[in-house]
Amino acid sequence: MSTASVIQSRRWHPIRFLAGMPLAVIFAALFMAVMVFVMIFAKIIQPYEFDFINLLTRLSPPVPLSGSTWAHPAGTDTLGRDLMSRLLVGTQTSMLLALLGTCLGAVLGVSFGFIAAHKGGFWDEVIMGLVDFQAAMPWFIVALAVLAFLGNSIVIFVAIMALYGWESYARITRGLVLSAREQGYALAVRGLGARARWVYLRHILPNIAGPLLVQLTVNFPSTILFETSLSFLGLGIRPPLTSLGQMLGEGRDYLINAWWLAVVPGLTIFLITLSMSILGDWLRGKLDPSLED
Amino acid sequence: MSYLVATDLARSFAFGRKGLFIRRTRFFAVNGVSMHVDKGTTHGIVGESGCGKSTLAKLLLGLIPADQGSVNLDGVPILGVPETAWRSLRQRVQLVYQDAAGALDPRLKIRAQVEEPLAIHGLPKDPAEDALHAVGLSGALADRYPHEMSGGQLQRVVIARALALSPELLVLDEPVSALDVSIQAQIVNLLMDLQRDRGLTYVFVSHDLSVVRHISDRISVMYLGQIVEEAGRDALFARPLHPYTVALMAAVPEPDPRRARSSFRPMGDPPNPAFPPAGCRYHPRCPLAQAQCTTTPPPLRELGARRVACHFAQEEVQ
Amino acid sequence: MRWIAIKLARAGITMWLVVTFVFFVLRISGDPTDTLLPDDIDEATRVFYRRLWGLDQPLLTQYLNYLAALFQGDFGISFRNNLDAFDLVMERVPKTLLLTATALFISLAIGIPLGILAALYRDSWLDRLVMSVAVFGFSMPNFFLGILLILLFSLNLRLLPSSGSGTWAHLIMPSATLGISFAAQFARYTRSSMIDVLSKPYMRTARSKGAGLARQMNKHALPNASVPIVTILGFKIGDLIGGAVITETVFAWPGIGRLLTNAVANRDLAVVQCIMILLALTMVFANAITDLIYGWIDPRVRVGAGAQQK
Repeated sequence: MSTASVIQSRRWHPIRFLAGMPLAVIFAALFMAVMVFVMIFAKIIQPYEFDFINLLTRLSPPVPLSGSTWAHPAGTDTLGRDLMSRLLVGTQTSMLLALLGTCLGAVLGVSFGFIAAHKGGFWDEVIMGLVDFQAAMPWFIVALAVLAFLGNSIVIFVAIMALYGWESYARITRGLVLSAREQGYALAVRGLGARARWVYLRHILPNIAGPLLVQLTVNFPSTILFETSLSFLGLGIRPPLTSLGQMLGEGRDYLINAWWLAVVPGLTIFLITLSMSILGDWLRGKLDPSLED
Repeated sequence: MSYLVATDLARSFAFGRKGLFIRRTRFFAVNGVSMHVDKGTTHGIVGESGCGKSTLAKLLLGLIPADQGSVNLDGVPILGVPETAWRSLRQRVQLVYQDAAGALDPRLKIRAQVEEPLAIHGLPKDPAEDALHAVGLSGALADRYPHEMSGGQLQRVVIARALALSPELLVLDEPVSALDVSIQAQIVNLLMDLQRDRGLTYVFVSHDLSVVRHISDRISVMYLGQIVEEAGRDALFARPLHPYTVALMAAVPEPDPRRARSSFRPMGDPPNPAFPPAGCRYHPRCPLAQAQCTTTPPPLRELGARRVACHFAQEEVQ
Repeated sequence: MRWIAIKLARAGITMWLVVTFVFFVLRISGDPTDTLLPDDIDEATRVFYRRLWGLDQPLLTQYLNYLAALFQGDFGISFRNNLDAFDLVMERVPKTLLLTATALFISLAIGIPLGILAALYRDSWLDRLVMSVAVFGFSMPNFFLGILLILLFSLNLRLLPSSGSGTWAHLIMPSATLGISFAAQFARYTRSSMIDVLSKPYMRTARSKGAGLARQMNKHALPNASVPIVTILGFKIGDLIGGAVITETVFAWPGIGRLLTNAVANRDLAVVQCIMILLALTMVFANAITDLIYGWIDPRVRVGAGAQQK
């Protein structure tokens, strides 16, 4: 990571910063901001209770189409539940799970990466072996197996999500720490009498935060896709809870007469992953132009 | 009195393919070096690249372990000490080296970096401005970042940081080699002022003979991991005894055209340090080489206040 | 040669680890005669299997018996239809192979040329267009894409069947769904790999020698650029299999992916176990092949780190 560009990114003027962002990035950022808002406040802002059943209003289409009603601007599902409310709560669930999974995975991976880089030798081999193993296995398949064997409780599901993708953080952290450690300033600060911990926390970690952050934005969409895929198959989040994937799975059976039940949550998932990808690309470009391609 | 004493230091490195049955070749970057430095003086170490002077510098500070030998500072051992003792020793010895920009964290302001040494050891903070003034920099620079400063300024900052703990001994490894010549002179003069004001002891390592000449009281000449000549600065330059020393001086551009060019250039390239020549290590490039030079390595003999490792050291060398 | 042996040994160890892992997880999840056999079998069969699997014997013996059974292809009996799990799985493998192979072909056939184009016309509108489409492509969740395709081509335009298999028409949408995401990824990787290669000095040398574009590409650019692509391909096999599971479910494609989903939902552990081990074997095999190909393409890897000394 080029140090010059890191420094430049630390000393920006807000106006010049915003002006320099491409339109797509601005939209992506705004969209994600809305998503985060929903993630926090969904239960408060939902117009109805998301699981409130009212068979009289079932399968009402969203507003632009005929047969719709403003009482349910996004439409209703087969049990008359308001789609907008379900969308909000489903988004909240998916976002929270993805955030939780990403953060836990990052913490786990970064810690392992540090340990591998610091201890070296045997522990390095062991941890890297685990990383290789994890990278080789499609975690989705493994998750399916674990869910089959151990049943589907929320605890198991969260654990599976947390373990998704830790190996990329571990690998990156290890590489970055190894090279950062050889940097002149790391050695110089050691020469001043600092403990290893001091050097890691004060000098190395802040300097590798950039690439790690980029990795977070790259992993986040994958994590959301992971959860929504499992929920779509009926193996992740299940009723009475709801998530975007779960809604999509439910809606799939009604494509013929109520296509919006599947398209609306699906579109939301797509927009989230798209926004995060755009943001991630842009962030990567900002932090190190040489990595842009 | 002898303040820094190094005894029979040796340090080797291994290279080559690592394998279960393949032993890696070892070469001795430093091979049996002993020296001593008096308090408050500057001891220069010169030699070509690869002669082991950087390794020697690190050994003197205890930054790398030695295969054999010892280093004592005022009686206190520096090598082979446990971690805690080593860390507290850092308050007495510090290293200043060539790459000033690399030695500073690009993310932190100068202020934080100059005040860091005291924070590391839990000592009360000294304002960064004072430390910067001491090395001839304006206090306003404390709020800048490394990339906003010139090479010369950065080197001063590094020196300021090294002095933050009030060390007694500074080992400087090519501290000015990366700087413009005019800046070099400034830094060297700064170092000399600091030494005078604070009673510091320096070990100054460089390949640049003219710089070493300016700052040193006593100079050791290294070749392939060994000291081949050592003398007081004036004595060395007035009358070098070892052919290699003569060759080094001949390589320095001589402003006075009337002084005859010496015919003592070393012949050929420096040999591979992993496979040093037999006998006197310098003999393949030495114009004075005789039969005994190829078989018997000359010991480092004392000649008055000097030391020389050459069979012919008694003679006057033109 | 020694290097090949190491790779094979590694593969073997991984397989062994997987099988052992499955064994222990099976034991944790309950009495195997309950989990691996249908509920309604009679006591006599249950006792028979108990003795067969040595459940009254020490764990190590059980483990060895388990391994032995695996080698003979005995994975237990599926809940659903009292059929042998192994047969059930093998019956559906060809379908999945067809789907994944087609999808892979599509993704390579679309992704790589697009990536090359983007690299050649770097920073032009074409490049930006391709890259934007690529971002869309791999952000799109494949189950959503599948549903959209079904909506459009099956329900509205009535052009293609939305489920089942058997004709070419059945194959189009599932393989396109599975392939598009990977096409986008390959386009990106190919582009960056090509850009990297095109900027290398030896390309300039080829140009100055007067070599035409085709020759430059074929002789210099492509072989070098393909190295990272092949490595990535190996890594993506796992994702491809995962994607197949979802795609088969969306399109009711009768492959092992759909079988796996149903088996997991029903906790039909015999089938799950069988598929898992089969997939692990495939993955290990694919990784080993990728490593071998990588070593063959890039001579530097073969000689190993030792050659970089001095």
